[in-house]
Amino acid sequence: MEDNNIKQDDVTLFTVTVYSENQVGLLNQVSIIFTRRNLNIWSLSVSASAIEGVHKFTITTHTTRSQIEKVVKQIEKRIDVLRAFFYTNEEIIHQEIALYKVETEKLLESDEIEDLIRKHNARILEINKIFTVIEKTGHCEETGALFDDLNKYGVLQFVRSGRIAITKDRTEHVSVFLEEQEVRRLKEKQ
Amino acid sequence: MEKITGSEALIRSLLEEGVKTVFGYPGGQIMPVFDKLYDYKDKLRHILVRHEQGAVHAAQGYARVSGDVGVVLVTSGPGATNVITGVADAMIDSTPLVVITGQVPSPLLGTDAFQETDVVGITLPITKWSYQIQSADEIPWAIARAFYIARSGRPGPVVIDFPKNAQIGMMDFEYKKCDFIRSYRPVPPTDPHSLIQAASLINKAQKPFIIFGQGVILSEAEEELKNLLEKTGIPAASTLLGLSALPSGYSLYKGMVGMHGNLGPNKKTNECDVLIAIGMRFDDRVTSDIHTYAKQAKVIHIDIDPSEIGKNVAAEIGILGNAKDVLQKLNPMLERRKFEEWSKEFDDLNEIENKKVIIPETQPQEGDLNMGEVVAKVSELTNNEAIIVTDVGQNQMMAARYSKFNKSRSFVSSGGLGTMGYGLPAAIGAKIGMPDRHVCFFTGDGGIQMSIQELGTILQENTGVKIIILNNSWLGMVRQWQELFFDERYSETSMKNPDFIALAAAYGIKGKKVDKRADLEGAIKEMLSDNEPYLLEVNVIEKGMVFPMIPGGKCVSKMMLTTTEWH
Repeated sequence: MEDNNIKQDDVTLFTVTVYSENQVGLLNQVSIIFTRRNLNIWSLSVSASAIEGVHKFTITTHTTRSQIEKVVKQIEKRIDVLRAFFYTNEEIIHQEIALYKVETEKLLESDEIEDLIRKHNARILEINKIFTVIEKTGHCEETGALFDDLNKYGVLQFVRSGRIAITKDRTEHVSVFLEEQEVRRLKEKQ
Repeated sequence: MEKITGSEALIRSLLEEGVKTVFGYPGGQIMPVFDKLYDYKDKLRHILVRHEQGAVHAAQGYARVSGDVGVVLVTSGPGATNVITGVADAMIDSTPLVVITGQVPSPLLGTDAFQETDVVGITLPITKWSYQIQSADEIPWAIARAFYIARSGRPGPVVIDFPKNAQIGMMDFEYKKCDFIRSYRPVPPTDPHSLIQAASLINKAQKPFIIFGQGVILSEAEEELKNLLEKTGIPAASTLLGLSALPSGYSLYKGMVGMHGNLGPNKKTNECDVLIAIGMRFDDRVTSDIHTYAKQAKVIHIDIDPSEIGKNVAAEIGILGNAKDVLQKLNPMLERRKFEEWSKEFDDLNEIENKKVIIPETQPQEGDLNMGEVVAKVSELTNNEAIIVTDVGQNQMMAARYSKFNKSRSFVSSGGLGTMGYGLPAAIGAKIGMPDRHVCFFTGDGGIQMSIQELGTILQENTGVKIIILNNSWLGMVRQWQELFFDERYSETSMKNPDFIALAAAYGIKGKKVDKRADLEGAIKEMLSDNEPYLLEVNVIEKGMVFPMIPGGKCVSKMMLTTTEWH
């Protein structure tokens, strides 16, 4: 997880993944740790993980390495949190999904929008007489670039999901912790 | 299986956890529990306080002296919000508490019902765990989990919000203690490499120095710490909350660190080559200016909480684990050594402090009575055996500096949060937790009035707390800062006080007022002559100062000895 190119005090975008039990109020427990240090959550998504019953938060925030190290340790301290990790962009594979709504009339007027869709590797999700919904998955800059191009013709609505990310390791990072805990549980039983 | 109500299930769960005493105050949304308590009076003692904040501080005092979990039972809404200060205090001072708050019935949640507050929402940032019970069936599970979380690992407060429908709902009672939570690791595993590295660093050190905190007391590592010192000859100092973990007279114990700590350990922090921190968290009242703190030293930080390692002070070596276990493993790896000269350097500095500060404070020949003099006299006349409880401010620092200790768990004070009004209820809780020991509570004329209603609790329970008011008619610590740093502009710090002795008498508490040196010893002896409550008001010097002092944000190696002298 060490990336020596990034110094302790450089502000950069970090991706935090939190593995937790699926409990009421967990989001609040995690988010207040950011709030307390006046860190803005840039994006957030919550989903199931590959391990049954374990939920996974993916949070991005701009901060320093020294700050994010402390934040992650404090998140891990919450009782219902299993583990938390932080990564720089280079350490993960990440994606976002964006939806764009444009007027169908604009799409039909010329080939330009269609060309943009091809060029950006986007696709059309829905088309009706009034509007067309376009979908694009990619990094923030890529979905942003399509927005800029489409907006020349007028984007009626736009939404982008929080980042989702997966590590370059084989399994979920939390599985080691779960194995260690299982050993501990069996020991306590004896 | 027999069916019982949720209220009874709560009480039986508490009994299963070994709870003998509960501090609380009834109200609308907790009445079914109080009603059931009536049937269990002989098994579960309830202390009726006069304000919910008193309940939580009393539970803290109880927990700190006994090592057991303090239990609080209050109603919803204002009852719950009144415990918040104490919950925050317990969180920052790692005190194990289980606080049960009544709540409106589940169907009314979120409707702004009468006396509804979002207790879980409010307490999330200041608790180790905060949970709202959903139904009566859940009670044994939630209570077992609450106690496990509160007392294991780094202890802390747990809040259980208890809606009324769950109190009256019927359930099958079966209790199973909790000893495992999948997502929670109370004691992180100790990396053997960290021990090897630490041992090698310590064995090579020329000027090693140990600072220990409450972690030593919480993990019951007092013997292990002493063994380590005996073997290695390393001088050691305590944080405020570590006080009493080592006997005050022990030769390698060099006093307290921090803003009003001792000259030796503070200055030597910036001279040692290896700084070994045991169960302490480098609070800013210890480090002062972090950028000039122990920069020359290699820091070994032993703590049970991984988030403490490197939080404030970068550690060369972080050792995770319970202080007792870590020291047990570390001790055999350390060489038997002596640091006579290095150790004496601490004593020489402390001797300067003794001449310049301690003797004038504790043994004045004339003039008004000093705060430190009163503390030292009480300590002497109790053979250093009393439990010392403090409020916050000058009384606290004087009590910390001039009390001596023979036994661990003998100093109860609000360290991290610095809660004025903590002392009186905490002293009540401490006395209930340790009824056979003297509990001497030092307070100021300000602090006592922040929770003075708890004299009513003393009246009702006849709790033999010895209250010593160091009355200078000022909010002394703030006044001291105004004198030193705000051009003597005494904004809102002068107090016009009631007749404390008459007030005590109104509550049936004996008392005496002393303003002459000649009367002090006799009055203290009278106070200590029995196990009854007593209020001793001592009129002390108006503009007394706590010295030495590291002004906020300044370097630990330079302390003010008087208003004009620095060392």
